[in-house]
This record gives sequence, C-alpha cells and structure tokens, in this order.
Amino acid sequence: MKTLSRLMLAVAAAAGSAIASPASAEAVKVGIIAPFSGPSAIFGQYWRAAMDAYRAINGDTAGGQPIDYVYRDLPGPNPAAAKALAQELIIKEHVSYLGGIVYTPNALAIAPLAEEARVPTVIFNAAACSVLQQSKYLVRVSYTLPQVSGPIAKYALDQKLMNIVTMVADFGPGIDADNAFTAQFTAGGGTIADHERIPLSTTDFTPFAQSAKAKSPQAIYAFMPGGPSLFGLIKAYQNNGLAQAGIRFLGSDMDERDLVALGDSAVGLESGSFYSASHDSDVNRAFVSKLPPDIHANPASVEGYDGLHVIYKMIEASKGRSDPDVAINAAKGLAWESPRGPVSISPATRDIVQNVYIREVMKVATGVINRELRTFPAQPDNCTKK
Amino acid sequence: MNLVSLLLNILLDGVAYAMILFMISVGLSISLGLMRVVNMAHGAFAMLGGYITIAVMNQMKVPFEVAVIAAIVATAIISIPLETFLIRKVYGRNELDQALLTIGIAFVVIAGVNSVTGANISVIKLPYYLNGSIDLGFRSLPTDRLVVIVLGLVVTVALWFFVERSAFGVKLRAAVDNAAMAEAVKINTSRLYVISFALGAALAALGGIAGASLLPMEPTYALKYLVLFLAVVAVGGHGTLFGSFLAAVILGIIDTATKYLAPEYSSIAFFATMLIVLAVRPQGLLGANGAKS
Repeated sequence: MKTLSRLMLAVAAAAGSAIASPASAEAVKVGIIAPFSGPSAIFGQYWRAAMDAYRAINGDTAGGQPIDYVYRDLPGPNPAAAKALAQELIIKEHVSYLGGIVYTPNALAIAPLAEEARVPTVIFNAAACSVLQQSKYLVRVSYTLPQVSGPIAKYALDQKLMNIVTMVADFGPGIDADNAFTAQFTAGGGTIADHERIPLSTTDFTPFAQSAKAKSPQAIYAFMPGGPSLFGLIKAYQNNGLAQAGIRFLGSDMDERDLVALGDSAVGLESGSFYSASHDSDVNRAFVSKLPPDIHANPASVEGYDGLHVIYKMIEASKGRSDPDVAINAAKGLAWESPRGPVSISPATRDIVQNVYIREVMKVATGVINRELRTFPAQPDNCTKK
Repeated sequence: MNLVSLLLNILLDGVAYAMILFMISVGLSISLGLMRVVNMAHGAFAMLGGYITIAVMNQMKVPFEVAVIAAIVATAIISIPLETFLIRKVYGRNELDQALLTIGIAFVVIAGVNSVTGANISVIKLPYYLNGSIDLGFRSLPTDRLVVIVLGLVVTVALWFFVERSAFGVKLRAAVDNAAMAEAVKINTSRLYVISFALGAALAALGGIAGASLLPMEPTYALKYLVLFLAVVAVGGHGTLFGSFLAAVILGIIDTATKYLAPEYSSIAFFATMLIVLAVRPQGLLGANGAKS
C-alpha cells in the first residue's frame, strides 16, 4: 500500500513537471490543511479570515493567475491523518501548493510528501526548529521560540531583573521556550531560581504561583498555550499577590483574544512577541480593518496573511505553471512589509526573519492593547544546528 | 517555603479546588445513584450555568447575583424536557446506550455554544466584592476561592438536610433502595426522577458558575472536564453525598500536594489515586456494596 502511493506520487510529480503547461486561465490550486473543528478551530477560522483579508487588499489573482483554494480539516496532532490529507490534496485534488499546518508532528509527517511530490509548502504555524530541515520545499511564516525568547531575556537583563522563575507548560514547545530563554538569560549573567514545568491539563495554577512567589524572584517568565491555560496562569499571578510582591510578569505572548477575556486586570503585564494588533503601520491598519468583527488581529491571523503572501509570490514567480524549484527560489530571500513590520524569508533556512517586540498591556479607549515598548529588529530563527 | 506554610498552602488550595470539584460532581453522583443513568451530559449543565449567567448579565444588564439565580433556575428548567423526552428512554437500557445518548447531548450543546460564541473563552465578570484577595497573614487567598469553600460547605449541609431530613429526601432514598417497593407504596417515582435530575442539573450549574475562575467557560467545557467529575463520582461511590465530598477532598488535596511537591507528576497523581481506590474498592469509597444495576 505504501509503495503504491509512493509510486503514484512519483508519477504525479513526473507528470507535473513533464507537462509544462503554458500559463492559462486554469486556476492554480492551493491546499490548506488546518483545524476547522475541535479545540484548535481558532487557527482554521482565523487563517481563513486573514486570507480573505489579504485577498480583499491585494486582489484574488496572483500575477494574473486565478487561484482555487481547497480546505481540509485536521483538528489536532495526528501524523497519519496529516499524511492522508496531504496525499489526497496532492494526488486527487492536484494542488500545486500546500499551506497551513498548526502542529509540528503533522508538519513532520507532511514534509516527506512535499519533498517527493515537489510541492512547495508554506507552514503557517508549526514552530519547532526541526521542521524546515525535512524538505527543501518548506517555507515558514510563523516564528521559533529561540527567536522570540532571546529578546525577552535581553530585555529582562536590561531591566536589571537578574533573578527569575520560569513557568512553562510541560510539553515540547514549553520546554523549548524554557531552554531558549534560560540559555540567553544565564549567558547574560542572570540566574533562574526555579524551572516550573506545569502539566498541560492543569486547571488550578495557584500552587505554581505560590511556589514561584516563595522563591522571591524579580520576575517570572511564562509560556503557556493561549486560551484557558494562559488565562488561568495570569489569573493565578494576579490573585496570589505576585504583582504586589514586586514580581513582574514576562510572557512569551499575550494573545489579543486572551486580552479581551482578561480586560483591565491585564494592564501592566509585559510580553515578547512578533506581532501586536496595535502595531503602528498602514499595512497593519489595512489588515485589521478587513477582518470581520469576531476575528481578532493576533499572531494567529497574521500568520494566515503572510502565508498567503508567500503563496501569491510563488505563483507569480512560476507564472502559474507547476514549477516547484522556481517557486521555492522566489520565496527564498523574499522581503515584504507585513502587518507585523518588515519581514523576510532567510535563503539559508527558509524561515522567517522578523522584528520581535517587547510589549506592555495598556488601557485605551477601546479596551486593552499590547503597546510596543521596544523593538529587536530582524531576528533570525536562532535554531542552532543539532 | 517552610514545612508549616507548605502544609497550610496544600490544605487551603486543596480544599478550595476540592469544593469546586464537589459542587459540580455531587449532582452527577445523585442522579447516577438514583436513576442509574450514566449521564455524560452533566458537564454540559455546568457549562450552561456559566454561559447563561454571562448572557443574562450582558444582554439584560442585571447584577451578578440575579444572573446566577436565573442561570441556575434556567438550567434546571432546560433539564426537565431533556429528561422527560430523551433520557427517560434509556433508563432500562445498557450503559453504552445511555452513555452514547448523553454524550450526543453534550456534543449538541458544545456545537450550539460554539456557533453562538465562537471558540474563545468567556469570562464571568465577578462583582467587586469577589475580586481581589484576602490577606490571611501567612499568605493571601483569592476572595472567590474563599467564597467557594464556604459555598461548598453550605451546599453539603443543605443537601444533607434535604436528603436525610425532608419528606422528599425520604422518598428519594426509598426509591434508590428499592424502586419497586417505592412504587408499591404510591411514591411517584417518575416525578421523583424528574425532580432529582433537575436538582442535579441545578447543582451542576451552580458548580460551573462557582468554578468558572478555575475552569473557564469555553465551548468544549462540557466534555473537557467531564473526566474530572466522573473521577470524583467513581472514587466516592455513586448515590452518596458524603462519598462525593470525601472523594473531592482526597483528590483535590492529592492533586494540589503533588503540584507543590512534584509538579511533573501532578496530572498523573489525580488519576493514579482513582486507579488505586477503584482497585481496592470498585464501588467507590462510600458506595453501596454490590450495587449493580
């Protein structure tokens, strides 16, 4: 069975490259794999809305080529299902490009297919360092933890916060965030009083907040997935008197969705991220204005916007033909003004190089926002070769 | 921190967590014990309690206290047709049918809430006197946690009086022990079932609202935390009020203690406790011996 589908993939790839069809009005097909149901449905919904926003601003065609989008639902980390969906999109739907993908295990499952069928794939989210090495046809527009944690560590050192407790979710990305932050922070002379690893299923964060407080640090560095976990941790930070004890909060994001839930109580919390909805640029204002009212401008939605931009540029460069190498080469070194700020795709790693901002939550007339305090320009992904 | 403050922390936080678990689970224990129905939709009632509170506060601009009462009553009312027209149909059938039907109800509620609110978490805006924390000397405790502890104890006592002392409680216990004999002495068991189901739903709603600071309202709430409630009922034994209380306290304190002492194991400690208790006493700590439907 495995050999048969590999044979079919090879045939499809050969046929695709042999028949160099002239640039016709036939639409280019783009397959998007994302969660549209289940607990992570936020990603699929937000990406779709952001892609619509991009098209509202930039038109429906890329270099004159019309585009057909095929969406497939992948609710969670499920490598077998990811592989099956990618196969279906490549072989049955004949997509020329793939996009989306939230979870690293899914990205790792799809990468060999992208490589073998030579399908340029834009990864909208899966942020682990190991992903892009799996195939030369992968490009990423999200972030990596070393990329974002480094500036937070430098900011902490600049602010003379020399003693910190890290509180991270006990899973891959959380541990990566802890390691990345710790490496940068201790290299600059800081000390980590405790590494708290909090199980993902935790609902009551009070014990962790109390333990952190007991170590009397100057700040805590927190990484939790957005949603109930981050919300619970911040509530525990606020309700257990850590702020009153002079312990600052340095988050590894402060998703605008969570800000709405937290409201005024979040004022003063600091975080580091690659995107703030309040970023002061025309491109960002245009992007935010095109989003429907129930879709927040946040790191998730901006991933969708930039992901589609890269796909557009690849389609333009290959003039609508199926020419994977031309497309990927066009993506490498691509630079543009994203709603996040100026960004580019590194030719060496195919990962996004972007500004990282330190923000503080501030109250304004319309509610609470992340206000950019400091910019660390053009941060590379900082994934050291293992 | 020193040993004394560590123990006090574990006790305080453990009991607070336990009271939230208890309040949501006690309704499940009662309806499970009484009607022998595996009600996987129980989490959905807790969720409805929270969401109706939010909706009433936002749309009708009523104060928090009024919204809470309205939500509890509304959830109880919603549960009545569900019991009469849906759940009653599977009373005599095997547990798989019951579980499937009630899980289906939970899914419908999840999808309904998701379509109205989207996949975000929704927060109940507490009134000013529940915000902030109280200084206990050796540490501070969030005010809403203290209220939950008090509320949990009040609910326990109130339920105990109701079940042990009231006329309704007598009939309830009679129907639990021997439904056929209860019918024979003209106890209207089907009305009893409706009322106790609605009571269970109302308790779930109260628990959902009280626990919302810990378990925030989101569309997947109904199934996401169901495992916790089922664990409490399984460990305590179904049909017993004090069983749920005891189980909640034990599980809450063990969970909190591991969070302080060995955080990497805290998610497994909860379920390991359940495993051990059930291996030794399959009917639960205070469950009736040999009670199989």
